[in-house]
Amino acid sequence: MTVAESQALTFDCETGNYHTFCPISCVAWLYQKIEDSFFLVIGTKTCGYFLQNAMGVMIFAEPRYAMAELEEGDISAKLNDYDELKRLCMQIKRDRNPSVIVWIGTCTTEIIKMDLEGLAPKLEAEIGIPIVVARANGLDYAFTQGEDTVLAAMAARCPDQAPVAQTEKDERNGLSKLLNFGKKKEEIVKEESEYIDHPPLVLFGSLPDPVVTQLTLELKKQGIKVSGWLPAKRFTELPVIEEGYYVCGVNPFLSRTATTLMRRRKCKLIGAPFPIGPDGTRAWVEKICSVFNITPQGLDEREAKIWENLEDYVKLIRGKSVFFMGDNLLEISLARFLVRCGMTINEIGIPYMDKRYQAAELAMLEQACKDMGVPVPSIVEKPDNYNQIQRINQMKPDLVITGMAHANPLEARGINTKWSVEFTFAQIHGFSNARDILELVTRPLRRNNNLKDLGWDKLVKEAHV
Amino acid sequence: MKLAYWMYAGPAHIGTLRIASSFKNVHAIMHAPLGDDYFNVMRSMLERERNFTPVTASVVDRHVLARGSQEKVVDNITRKDKEETPDLIILTPTCTSSILQEDLQNFVERAQLDAKGDVLLADVNHYRVNELQAADRTLQQVVQFYIEKARKKGELSENKTEKPSVNIIGISTLGFHNQHDCTELKRLMADLGIEVNAVIPEGASVHELKNLPRAWFNLCPYRELGLAAAKYLEEQFGMPYVDITPMGVVETARCIRKIEQVINAQGANVDYEEFINNQTLYVSQAAWFSRSIDCQNLTGKKAVVFGDSTHAAAITKILSREMGIHVVWAGTYCKYDADWFREQVSEYCDEVIVTEDHGAIGDAIARVEPSAIFGTQMERHVGKRLDIPCGVIAAPIHIQNFPIGYKPFMGYEGTNQIADLVYNSFTLGMEDHLLEIFGGHDTKEVITKGISAESDLNWTKDGLAELNKIPGFVRGKVKRNTEKFARERGIANISAEVLYAAKEAVGA
Repeated sequence: MTVAESQALTFDCETGNYHTFCPISCVAWLYQKIEDSFFLVIGTKTCGYFLQNAMGVMIFAEPRYAMAELEEGDISAKLNDYDELKRLCMQIKRDRNPSVIVWIGTCTTEIIKMDLEGLAPKLEAEIGIPIVVARANGLDYAFTQGEDTVLAAMAARCPDQAPVAQTEKDERNGLSKLLNFGKKKEEIVKEESEYIDHPPLVLFGSLPDPVVTQLTLELKKQGIKVSGWLPAKRFTELPVIEEGYYVCGVNPFLSRTATTLMRRRKCKLIGAPFPIGPDGTRAWVEKICSVFNITPQGLDEREAKIWENLEDYVKLIRGKSVFFMGDNLLEISLARFLVRCGMTINEIGIPYMDKRYQAAELAMLEQACKDMGVPVPSIVEKPDNYNQIQRINQMKPDLVITGMAHANPLEARGINTKWSVEFTFAQIHGFSNARDILELVTRPLRRNNNLKDLGWDKLVKEAHV
Repeated sequence: MKLAYWMYAGPAHIGTLRIASSFKNVHAIMHAPLGDDYFNVMRSMLERERNFTPVTASVVDRHVLARGSQEKVVDNITRKDKEETPDLIILTPTCTSSILQEDLQNFVERAQLDAKGDVLLADVNHYRVNELQAADRTLQQVVQFYIEKARKKGELSENKTEKPSVNIIGISTLGFHNQHDCTELKRLMADLGIEVNAVIPEGASVHELKNLPRAWFNLCPYRELGLAAAKYLEEQFGMPYVDITPMGVVETARCIRKIEQVINAQGANVDYEEFINNQTLYVSQAAWFSRSIDCQNLTGKKAVVFGDSTHAAAITKILSREMGIHVVWAGTYCKYDADWFREQVSEYCDEVIVTEDHGAIGDAIARVEPSAIFGTQMERHVGKRLDIPCGVIAAPIHIQNFPIGYKPFMGYEGTNQIADLVYNSFTLGMEDHLLEIFGGHDTKEVITKGISAESDLNWTKDGLAELNKIPGFVRGKVKRNTEKFARERGIANISAEVLYAAKEAVGA
């Protein structure tokens, strides 16, 4: 397969034999994000082993997650699921007293058809703690899609009516309370007037708190008020979502959540590119503004200023090629940003491609290729890692963005790699974090500049793959 | 169902994959859902492996759930056979596939019709065995397969080598310091004038397996991995095996004497006593170390030991027998092998603990307040929280336990490495305490040392001030004893008076 020369994006689908993280990994960042939660992964030793090793040192920090490890008696239904789950959840309640217990269904609970959605409401009533069920399993989903299943389940838990009393509203609305923290009431009223009158907007996607603040302030500059954020810092602060509210995603892997918000909560989805890179952030803000009939202010200068600050990094990658093996669904947005930085894209591998949810992002990628005069890449859904390695050997990209399973072997063969999972954990959203993305992307290239004269490129004996 | 945060031994398929990826040109195909190929990440990262890990998945997805794997597994096996022409493909069941109850053996047989290489189904039950047991079983299975195959073809070479020779069984990928141990064992065998006939599984080709019977005996350095294969070879060919782990000066000598006995029984005429004596007194530094005044300072110091059977048993014996350290308890997570472990260590420690529950181990450490811990990465973290130094002696391990430098645990160089590890753990602890005793730069507030629960008791200002005057290395103990005292008497606020009352009552 060679890079497509046509002007439209091409989509391929391979065998799905690729390496990615199991979607249960989402507990690692979600338990930290939702501070009063407890995540119970109902699965086997295999799931536990993955979490334990993938999360590394975090496991030692008394995390608010645990395995409900299924034993042979559970599999053969010798033990009663309800009683077993009740026993464990009571123990969690006693030891940690969380505001919500999230059950993560796994491959095993799917196969033995454990009715988690059915058991949860009964047990919830009995123990008095909300139980949210998310089936984040490897049969259906890849890596970051785990968050999508959890947030889709959470969306059903958002209060559907703003409380009448103003005081109560202040209690509920965690985000505005947070932003207004320490200010007097008159000031709040005054601040309200800084916003343009528009229908309520709720954003969805789990981001570190500093990034939440940055994006919220970015919209505030345009007079747009963020009424709430799914998820909030605490489960008890989930935003109110009424029929007719506007919602907008901040990450490309949240298609189930978007669907749930549209269909079940009757919200209007703003389909925008994602705020990754200065170009993406600008397009994201502009799209939201256009929906609310607002003329955006000062975005030209803001974006130009950011690009100017990136120039030292952009210089390093301009004209270089990049190959995404695909494992976390951020690939389209990152590729679009890197095209704007002057890179050419060999291939975009991606686990799953929702063309409707990512429509605006795909259009923007196509436009970026056109503007920059580089070939439009082919997008390979459910890639086959073995075939991809063959293509990498042919194309010799300057950089391969890949999982850890392939990174060291590729490096040993003289191919630069960047470990893709880092993009999931680093702060990459908004104008101010664009530099962080390039910090990651250029790291292998900067490292090579340091080592280039040593002649240590290829460190395997046989030339074969 | 069991509430679990951490496990010491991994799931069964990890064991099978460790064996498969240790051999040369053997490929494993996991019958598993997306994401279960995390083994590749571990091998690539922990071992900093330069080559692609020869493990792929035949992905179990919704379609497989609905209609069965059908041709998928067979196709994946034959495809891999063509792409990489491995000598052997091991179809590896996972927890998911074992409840699907598909007839994987049938897939193997069908794939074998088309595949040029051999195809084998790993015979491990996910819900009954762990990583270590599965690795042991898979190695035995592969050995048996190739012995039987050679026998059928009449290619089995049963003629013993001319000079005494050995198969070293059990060196594997992701094993704790296995590569270094292997080098050290080879060196030891060379010193003893014994040829190494084969090392399996690490770096071996399956074609070499038919030559295994040529060795005079088998050496199984690890309790967990290799014994099943050794027992099979004994049963088939009457090959004796030596299963004494040569770790520590005394055990290394015992292992060498056993080897002497085994090969002399087959017509060799060797006497290793002088070698042992020379190594012990002058080459290894460990014997001299235990006489030196450094080690004298360690006499009677309290330590606890936890790990797999092999390492926990060996380290316990070294600490107690060779260094005069007081091992308060020794434990293992190899529950299935508990009897052996008890028999090995009972006389060298006060108490034996066999558990897979890291919480119980954390509490047991907090309870006895040792001066040093020798355990896994989990115990290292417990030690961090309790301010007790820890030497890591067994898996589960992190990347820093795959050192690039030469660090065997076995043989005479191993005794030196262990002496360093033990001594450094203790001196670091001592240094820390001396700093605190003499004021040092310690201005921090006392921290809670309890593992399981937050303290529900309140320390008054003067109580706390008093507590902070107590030297760091006993402070935790005093704090706990005082709180115990207060709890028993229903005292909610701990003042200086209560502290001293407790001291008088329990001698804290």
